[in-house]
This record gives sequence, C-alpha cells and structure tokens, in this order.
Amino acid sequence: MSKDSFEPAPRVVVFLTYLGYGILMLFGYFRDFLRKSGVETTHSAIERKNMKDFVPLYQSFESFYKRNIYMRLRDCLNRPICSVPSAEFDISERVSDDGNWHLRLTGKTRRCVNLGSYNYLGFAENKGPCADAAAEALQQYGAGVCSTRQELGNYKIHEELEETTARFLGVEDAVTFGMGFATNSMNIPALMGGKGCLILSDELNHASLVLGARLCSTVIKVFKHNDIEDVERKLREAIINGQPRRQRAWRKILIIVEGIYSMEGSIIKLPDFIRLKKKYGAYLYLDEAHSVGALGETGRGVTEYWGVDPRDVDIMMGTFTKSFGAAGGYIAGSKRLINHLRAYSHSTTYACSMSAPVAQQVISSMKIIMGEDGTNRGQLRIKQLAANSKYFRQRLVEMGFMVYGNDDSPIVPLLMYMVPKIAAFSREMYEQNVGVVVVGYPATPLTETRARFCLSAAHTREMLDKVLDDISDVGDRLQLKYSLNSPVKAVSAEECYSQVDSLEHKA
Amino acid sequence: MAVEDVMVEPWYMMQMVQAFLQAPVYHIVIEVLLIVWIIGLLFSKSYRIQERVQLTEKEKEDLLAEWKPEPLVPDTPEDHPALHPRVVSGKAGLKVVVDGKECLNLATLNFLGMLGNKRIEKAANTALYKYGVGSCGPRGFYGTVDVHLDLEDKLAKYTRTEEAILYAYGFATIASAIPAYSKRGDIVFCDEGACFAIQKGLLASRSKVVYFKHNDMEDLERLLKEQAKDDKKNPKKAAVTRRFVLVEGIYMNYGDIVPLPKLVELKYKYKVRIFIEESASFGVLGDNGRGVTEHFGVPIEDIDLISANMEMSLASIGGFCCGDSFVIDHQRLSGQGYCFSASLPPMLSVAASEALRIMEEKPGIFEELRTRCQWLHAKLSSIPGLKVCGEPISPIMHLQLAAPSSRAEDTKKLETMCNECMNQGVALTVARYLEQEEHLVPPPSIRVAVNVELTEDDIDHATAVITNVAKMVL
Repeated sequence: MSKDSFEPAPRVVVFLTYLGYGILMLFGYFRDFLRKSGVETTHSAIERKNMKDFVPLYQSFESFYKRNIYMRLRDCLNRPICSVPSAEFDISERVSDDGNWHLRLTGKTRRCVNLGSYNYLGFAENKGPCADAAAEALQQYGAGVCSTRQELGNYKIHEELEETTARFLGVEDAVTFGMGFATNSMNIPALMGGKGCLILSDELNHASLVLGARLCSTVIKVFKHNDIEDVERKLREAIINGQPRRQRAWRKILIIVEGIYSMEGSIIKLPDFIRLKKKYGAYLYLDEAHSVGALGETGRGVTEYWGVDPRDVDIMMGTFTKSFGAAGGYIAGSKRLINHLRAYSHSTTYACSMSAPVAQQVISSMKIIMGEDGTNRGQLRIKQLAANSKYFRQRLVEMGFMVYGNDDSPIVPLLMYMVPKIAAFSREMYEQNVGVVVVGYPATPLTETRARFCLSAAHTREMLDKVLDDISDVGDRLQLKYSLNSPVKAVSAEECYSQVDSLEHKA
Repeated sequence: MAVEDVMVEPWYMMQMVQAFLQAPVYHIVIEVLLIVWIIGLLFSKSYRIQERVQLTEKEKEDLLAEWKPEPLVPDTPEDHPALHPRVVSGKAGLKVVVDGKECLNLATLNFLGMLGNKRIEKAANTALYKYGVGSCGPRGFYGTVDVHLDLEDKLAKYTRTEEAILYAYGFATIASAIPAYSKRGDIVFCDEGACFAIQKGLLASRSKVVYFKHNDMEDLERLLKEQAKDDKKNPKKAAVTRRFVLVEGIYMNYGDIVPLPKLVELKYKYKVRIFIEESASFGVLGDNGRGVTEHFGVPIEDIDLISANMEMSLASIGGFCCGDSFVIDHQRLSGQGYCFSASLPPMLSVAASEALRIMEEKPGIFEELRTRCQWLHAKLSSIPGLKVCGEPISPIMHLQLAAPSSRAEDTKKLETMCNECMNQGVALTVARYLEQEEHLVPPPSIRVAVNVELTEDDIDHATAVITNVAKMVL
C-alpha cells in the first residue's frame, strides 16, 4: 500500500505567504476606509433604508475577508458550465466591469479539459445505457416524488437501489437518501441520540460530518488527521475516565473517519482503525464519499483497497455523486442498523425520497461496475482511473511540485501556499483551456492554499499529457515548483497503463 | 537640560523614601503581608477541584477490559410501519398504484398535478440527454450549470424579489438558511408548530429559541414585549443581538395560515426580521400563486427571507430561498447545504423551470386548487368521528379523531383506517413524526393532500369511502 506524503513547506515560502496576507489585509483596511469615506463607490448590496434601526444582519469583520480577499479571486470560483461535466466541458465566459463585484455572462463558451468535477469513473455521460435507463425511469415514474419514504414515496426502484447497493458493498442491507450532505447531517443524530455518547472525529472531516455530530447532544473530541496513536490515546482516556462531571462510563463511542479526504488526498489507515475499534469496543463510521467506486480492484472502496471485511465497519456511508454520476447518499451495514435508520432517520420521516431517474442512474452504473451488464467496461473504467491517478501524480512530483496525499488516490492536491498564486494559476490554466479547482481559506488552512485535481476514468492519456505540459509551463512562470525532494521515477508510464491496455485488448 | 534631569531623579527617590518613612506602621505591615502572600501563591502548586486518584497500569487495563458499550442501535420493533412501507409502482399522479392496487391519490403533496405532466417530462428528458444525470460537483467547483442560474433568475422574477438561491434538497433549504444568519447569542421567536426542518435549523444555529403558541400573535407580542424589557436593562448587548421571527406560510403540521399583516406590524414595532417557510403555500396562495404575501397583499419587501421547497407545487426536488440580494447573497458563502453539497441535478432543475413556466401561463390554476380544497374540506368535515384541522383553502388538511384517547391507540386506529381505505381504492397516509425528537409533536392524524386535478366525483367517492371506513373502525 502506498504511503501518504506530506512534505512540509520551505520556510521562505511560509514567510512569503504570511507577508502576502499582511499586504492584502493592509490594502483591505485601506480600501474599506476609502469606501466608508465615500472616495470609492461601494459595490456590495446594502440594506433597505427602512431597516436602518434593526440590529445589523452581519458583523463587519465577518465580511472583511469576503470583501477584500475573496472578491479578488471570485472569477476563479463558481464558474458556470453549459454541458455535461465529462472529461471535457464548456465553461460559460464571464467578465466583470467592477473588480469581480458583478460578473456577467458574455454568451461565449470555452471548451476545456475538466479537472474539477467529481467524475471518477466517468459516468457523467449524456448518452449510453445509463442515460437511456434513466430516461425510461423518468417516463415511468416522473421527475419528482412529493412524498417521504415512510409515507407514499417508497418506489419499487428505491428498493431495487438499496438491494443493489448492499450487494455491491458486500453487507447485509443499505438505505438510501436524496442528498449526500443530508445523509450525514440527518443520520448521525439518529444513531447517537441521547446524552452520554462520545464522538471522536478526524480534524479534517467534511462539514456534513461536523454538522451531523453537532446536531446530537454528544461530546465531540477531535483527533489529529489519520493519527492512530492520537485516537488510541483519546479512546483510552475516555474509557478510563468516563463522562466528565457525571462520573459514569460512556454509553457508546463512535469514531468518524473518511475513506479519502477530499482536500488532502490522503487515504485512511483502515486496518489500524478496525484493530483499534475491536480492541476497545468503539464503533466506526466510515464516510466513503470519495472512495467508493474509486479505490479497490473492483471499485468497492477503501475496504477492498485494504483487504478488510466490510462487515467489520459498523456504519458504511457513501455518496452517489462522485463515482456514479448521480446524486444522493447511502448508509450500509447490518440489517439491525438499517432497520433502525428506516424507522428513525430524519430523512426517511421528513424528507422527500430520491428522484427515480437519479436512482436508476445509480443502479445502472453500479451494475456496470460489478460487471453485471455482461461486459468488462466497469473493470476498464476502474483500471483507467487507477492508471490516470498514478501517472498524473508521478509526473507532477517529477516536475518538482509539492503534491500531497496518497499515491493511489484520484484526488491530487498541488500546494501553492500564496493566495495570489491560486488566482493566477486558475486564470492561466483557463487561458490554456483547462478547468481547475483552486481552494483557499477557509476550506484549507490559512497558509496551505492549493489547486486540487480530480482525475477521471474519462480522461485519456493524451489529455493528461497536454494538461501536464500546461501545468509545468504555468508552474515555471509562477514559480510553483517548491519541492525540495529529489525527483524519484518510481513507476514508468508504460507500467501505469499496462493493465488498461491489456483489458482493452480483451474487450 | 541633562543636568537638571539628573538632579530631578534623586529628588523623586527622596520623596519616595520620605513617604515610606512617614507611612503609618499598620499600612506597611499590611503591604508586606500581601507581598508575602502573592509570592506564596506564585510558588505553590496549583490544586485541582477533583482529587484525581492516579491509577496503576493494571487498574487502567481492568477498566478498559470491563467497559461494555451499549449496542449501536436498539432493536426496532418488527411491527414498526417503516419496516413495511407501501410500495408504489409507476407515477404517483392523481391515480397511483400502491402495493399492486390502483387508488385515488390523496396522500402525495402534488398540489398542482405537475408530477406526471408530459411537458415537464419532455423538458427533463431533453436536459438528461444534454447534461447527463448528476452535476458532479458543488456550486463553487463547476457544479453551477446554466440551468441553475436560469431557474434562480426565473424564481426571483416570479416572486418579484431581487435574488433567489437554489438548494439540492428541500429539507436542507431552511435548515441551512437559518444558521447562516442566526448565530449563538441571537434570538429566534419560532412558532411551536414549526416543521422539523426548521427545528433542525434552529438547533444547528445555537441561537436562543423562544417558542410562541401556535399562530397566536398575542402570545408573540407578549414575548416580544418581555424581550424589549430585557433589552432596556442591557442595551449594549441588545445592540448586537439579532432577532428573528420564524413562521410558515401554511403550516405543514396543522394546515393553517399565518396572520401575516399582524406579523409585519410586529416586525416594525419590535425590530425583528421575518423568515417565512413557504413550502406549502408557494404555488397555492395568492392570485398568481406567489404565496402568503400575495394572499394578504403584503409587499414582499417587508419579508426578509422566504424559503420554500420545490417538492410540493413544483413536483421536482430541491428548494430555494428568495429575498433581497443583501440577504440572499450571504448564503452563497455561508449556507452549508449550498457550499458543501453537490448541486441539484440539471434535469430536476429544468423540471422545476418548466413547472414554473406552466404556473405563469395558467394563473387560473390556483383558484381552481383552492376551490377543490374548500370542497374537500366541507365534505370531510361532515364525517362523524373525525374532525378536519386546517383552513378550508389549504391543500393540506389533517383528519384527527374527534374523540382522541392515547397516542399509540389513535395512531393504530388511523393506520387501520388508511389500510382499509387503500383496499377500497383511496390512498391515504398517516402523518409521520419522530415523536421523541419533535419540540411539540402534533396529534396523530391522516394528512390529506389536495390535487388540482380532483373532480367533484372523486371528492364524493373519497368522502364516501372514508365515511364507511370510519364507521367500521371507530
């Protein structure tokens, strides 16, 4: 199994990053002063005059970051597209006449290579067997549902979806929901309700997991990212000392982790967590939003990647957005767990069921991955994704960029540290017809701004070569090749793609 | 000058020494004792309130071995209705096939009959073959498709507000909107009968929640007056505490309408911002289906935020918030369900757009819906043993037992009624709640939903069936 790599930043770079923030903040204060004194026109929306006596809706510092730093790079985010988000897509061009305060569409579009969408197995397609099946489901059931699972929103297709998901993952049963975010935020409270429970959560967990944990009345302790010793230490402390103030033992302890962390590209050390949870009696909640379909020989996720029995994980959660080209989420596990969720989940009781064509898309794509459609197209996609991820990451590391994460993960974060560089990188790559995602604070730590590439099985090697050349070129111009490690050529390109080529010949 | 400065210093020193010598003895003694005490405190070991006994390694291992957690989840009783849900095959339009039997559909919230509309399906089909199914990303990272911007634009124009923001899930809409504005330390006055999504939004916001009696504006005014009194005592805190009033247009759990004009009066009198959840009233109330503001003739600018889901009148998936740009734009960075979730699948967005277009073309549909609501309300009110809860023009009405007993028994009776009605060709459902989690769980009821396509015959037939079944069961 490959290691996660997190090379620390060179000191000079960290210093320059902080310096950059300092300069931006100074300018920010200066511009705010100009805006207040009327020298500069205020472009942001202001409240109605008749609301003057009301308590202000926003604190002025809250929006300092938004006004002065976020606004400068706003054109790099929220780019609208007007085509299917497959390996290439059409980005609608926007221009601004007032420094990004208002962006308007010009009507022109630009065809770019898509390194931003979550399309790991390339199922974001607008033709083919999945699209046809979804169209049929649309004809059969309609687009909406207008009811909840417990009332009259339980369709035959939902039951089929759940049965297919359970079979795919190798567990007893599964229950599905219409939104991936809500799967976490509405089901963790159903599992950890009542006082006296403890949640141990990774420090880099997704916002939905944090929200789900906060909606319960449990105590939450955060452990260092992927740090098994820290978890063990906190577990021991919790069990030995019991609940603070009440002098009683904890009722139950839940460890919440993710399969692949979306900002770091690191893969969880699952066997260690399972060993730990078995030793101490805690429960494990595994959020496989990014890893289901993307890891493992047959795409079964992080349990297959590590060769672990999926039944050892108490609660397996995942989403259908990334590897299946649909929307929604699932929770899978023992029948007892799923029965409880069917009865007591906030979503099955109050929220609308999943739309039928979306459910059908998941079923069709899962069947293709499992090979139940009679072809080896699923296997081909999985191998293509694995090869693309390895190859892309290798080449970036060889070029001297600072790349985080695990060698096998399809998420490749490229560290840039300085805020202005992410804006420049995004714009330069856009000029080269490549759509990339850049992330800064608050999604990442203040000094670790980055570009995050999401590989897809739909990308061909030629596309990746072209993109890599562009990245290298832009990287040279923007001086992004920070890595001080000497480049190591571990695996050659031919080796990366050998499995793909052999499968293609068989198909 | 330098020499003078040097001379001045010893003069100050002299003054200090003189003061020391002239001070009374008790004063010096107290000061010395204080200094000794401070030094003592600085060097003493800090003590802990709890006397922690240091455990030996063996004792620790014993504790670790002894600890037995509860089962992750309790056993769910076999007869829980959620474990035996009804299975729907085919479209849930005016007629629905439930467990193999075709029934008249009075259970799904398809008020305007948009589910099953051929035009909408055609538009969604075209979108499917253009964009695929999923949008594959959150709004910030290439998940913004031109159809989303189009729908947001249409919604803003339709509701006559400045801006609208789209969410991918109806429940997440109000549950994300509330914590974006109301934080710890703010105060929210919320109706007791608010739906579960609002309660979860309030929990996530960590604000102080003050519940007022359901639809009782006098109770709200009393609470606002009390808050104003508290504010006078602490004006500094009051100047930074935001206040909100949270109501629904038509209450999902009760079917009644909020008295909006009085509420707007209270808004300006006590300086509270109004958020309205209009899922059940958008596309129902008002001459053009614009909701409760149009119904009462209240200018939409008086409402700070309107949130609605698109899963009822628009028969799609997702939700939206609309209002002034000043208010709505904030959610684009602070709405959790917006920033951290994949966006709405394009074809569902197109389905909602098309439904909105139909609403614009046929403004008579809303009066038709309200007429049918009134017919059904009148007919159902005459059934012995049951009482109807809800306004006559509300498309959601609750059939409760006229002579209630215990919650468990009543729920069982209503379930039996629903099953019997299903056997006789009328699809009804008991309203489902998480009884332990709700702030104020409504009484057990059958939630009846009106569809604009219902004919008088349908209504008569349904009433007859329900009357029969009520006689049998009750």
